[in-house]
Amino acid sequence: MENNTVHSAIRKYNQDKMRLMDILIEIQDNENYISDDAVRIISEKLELSLVDVEQTISFYHFLSKEPQGKYTIYLNNSIVSNMMGRQIVAETFENEAGCKFGEVAEDGIIGLFDTACIGMSDQEPAALINGNVFIHLTPFRVKEIVRDMRTGKDVKKMHTSYLDGGQNKSEYLNSAVRNNIMRMGPVLTDDYNPGTIIMNNLPQLTPEQVIEEIKTSNIRGRGGAGFPTGLKWEFCRIAKGDKKYILCNADEGEPGTYKDRVILTERPKLLFEGMVIAGYSIGATEGILYLRYEYKYLKHYLENALEEARGKNLLGNDIGGIKGFNFDIRIQLGAGAYICGEESALIESIEGKRGEPRDRPPYPVEKGYNDCPTVVNNVETLCSVVKIMLKGGEWYSSLGTPVSTGTKVLNISGDCKYPGIYEVEWGLTIIDILDMVGATDVQAIQVGGPSGSLIGPEEFDRKLCYSDLVTGGSFIIFNFNRDLLKNVVLNFTDFFIEESCGSCVPCRSMIPLFKQKLEKILSGNGVASDLEDLQSWGKLMKTNRCGLGHTAANPILTSLKNFRYLYEEKLERGKEYETGFNLEQAVSESCEATTRVPNF
Amino acid sequence: MSKPVIATATLAGCFGCHMSLLDIDEKILDLIELVEFNKSPIDDIKNFTKKCDIGLIEGGCCNSENVHVLKDFRKNCNILISFGECAIMGGLPAYRNPIPIKECLEEAYLNGPSVKGHNESGIIPNDEEIPMMLDKVYPCHEIVKIDYFLPGCPPSAELIWNALTALITGNEMELSYEIIKFD
Repeated sequence: MENNTVHSAIRKYNQDKMRLMDILIEIQDNENYISDDAVRIISEKLELSLVDVEQTISFYHFLSKEPQGKYTIYLNNSIVSNMMGRQIVAETFENEAGCKFGEVAEDGIIGLFDTACIGMSDQEPAALINGNVFIHLTPFRVKEIVRDMRTGKDVKKMHTSYLDGGQNKSEYLNSAVRNNIMRMGPVLTDDYNPGTIIMNNLPQLTPEQVIEEIKTSNIRGRGGAGFPTGLKWEFCRIAKGDKKYILCNADEGEPGTYKDRVILTERPKLLFEGMVIAGYSIGATEGILYLRYEYKYLKHYLENALEEARGKNLLGNDIGGIKGFNFDIRIQLGAGAYICGEESALIESIEGKRGEPRDRPPYPVEKGYNDCPTVVNNVETLCSVVKIMLKGGEWYSSLGTPVSTGTKVLNISGDCKYPGIYEVEWGLTIIDILDMVGATDVQAIQVGGPSGSLIGPEEFDRKLCYSDLVTGGSFIIFNFNRDLLKNVVLNFTDFFIEESCGSCVPCRSMIPLFKQKLEKILSGNGVASDLEDLQSWGKLMKTNRCGLGHTAANPILTSLKNFRYLYEEKLERGKEYETGFNLEQAVSESCEATTRVPNF
Repeated sequence: MSKPVIATATLAGCFGCHMSLLDIDEKILDLIELVEFNKSPIDDIKNFTKKCDIGLIEGGCCNSENVHVLKDFRKNCNILISFGECAIMGGLPAYRNPIPIKECLEEAYLNGPSVKGHNESGIIPNDEEIPMMLDKVYPCHEIVKIDYFLPGCPPSAELIWNALTALITGNEMELSYEIIKFD
């Protein structure tokens, strides 16, 4: 490894230990791994212990101490990818590259790796290759891509088409990703001239007045938890601190979610304006957009949008002519960790550490990034804020239902005719949504991703709102050809095993036990008491520290609640207890090693 | 009423749990008054001579012999107790679990520092009289149903005494904080 890369990365980020993530990502991207030497140099220059550097590297999926190949292929292994034909694509990759998943081919050119949902559920199977997104993969395409790799072609030149309209084909982006915007509502519409609020409205308003307007709108956080946005801003405004921060959470890692990717592609100026409005309201001077590594391909494009905004006085000093209102935004890349979507883990990650959730209280509004009062908002929330300021809180609260005001951007994927992005008012029923997206013969829907619920037809009259069915926006639809337990629930459970940060014991240890139990039932060795075990273990999960831990058993618990018959039909009847232990199988390996015939 | 009958066995364990059982000191005399022992290393009865009320299992299962003994206990005991870390979780013997059994055997008989150069024929024992090794060490409840678990390495004499007397008298067991908190 070239130590020059290491030194220049450290210099680029001013030897600042808070920027450890950026330094590591820069080295990883240039050298496709981070050597022991690099770790040593970083630890010396940043005055961190070796372990501090090592533990950050080991925490994140896309950072590695081993070379990952000149071309590093991360193929999505989420449920929708599997449904859309991942297996044959993966086999073709293995055959063509000459190595298995989890390995680098002997010549060091190609590395094959699994990865969790990369935010392309409407265009699977998809892969990240050196940070570039390849969608709609087929065996034919895979052979083509691997052939290109053997000739040393630039990854960006391997795309065959830029089919989609919109910004994906803009000169700063040049990506083959599709937007699939199927329905625009008042937040996503393109009839707004960015900067209008900052230039025309903000100078006339005090921060308190802005917060009041947001409170009138009654908008709640769009990331899934649904905390009232106006209240969050108010808490942060009155919190004491030398400096305040506004962080935008663009770490949408919940499988089946990809709305923020589309918003970031098509409405980045709206988002940045929302961050400026938030910054003005809480008294922040700095905003950080935490962009998941999977969306790294957007970084250059977004930075260009920021530069443009600076040129128009929409960022920088005395923004919009407001004396003393100085605010700027930078982008922080993640490095592959679902848990960083949790706000306190996100803050840890921006500080260059492992993305482990913090104990709360204190909440981020009192003590967040850099130990200063911090607001963390979702991409969609911040975009909605601009429209609220444009048309008024009253207008916004007239949309949706009285308790759940406004609109929600849904990400639809799975078995339906028209997967994509739909901005709808709160209050639709599931039946409405299924009609809208052309889904028939529906066995089940995963609402809100793996951490949400698996629901069946008897609940399709439920309403999308905070008092009934809450969602961060992900809907994955399964028809009757899908094996819910074997293919869906098991996949989600594997996801949580992989993504648990390991901090709390029930989360770290119980999910594998849940999985073992599910596998036992699937193998035909389950008995009635196994179902009781699963249910009673579920209560333990509430002792975990964060939302991931609380919900990590939900795939099993909600499917057990709503599809109990699927479990029951696999149980052994009339047996009180069965471990599923098979002596013949258990001794076969040692008998083979000692060349003896098993005798029982 | 006839005395309750107890049986005990050590599978893949170190006999430490049995030593702890003997560690109840003079209370062993009370215990003898209260119960009768059947198959157990304590009285050296090799085979079950009658149906037992309580079976105490020390150690997990590392070979086919362990599995047979455990299943035999399940068949002959109304209540089966895993006592000690190894029976409950595999314990120290389970440290081999992440390593393939073939590698373990080769290390033990061919490549280990104490055997290297001394096993010229390169034989790994394979007489059919020898129990067959399992692919990993299993805790007892992964083989048969276990009714109660007494944790500890070893479980303290007091814990064993309390558990047995609670079972025999039908009273609830006293579990003080020190007994269930280990760190």
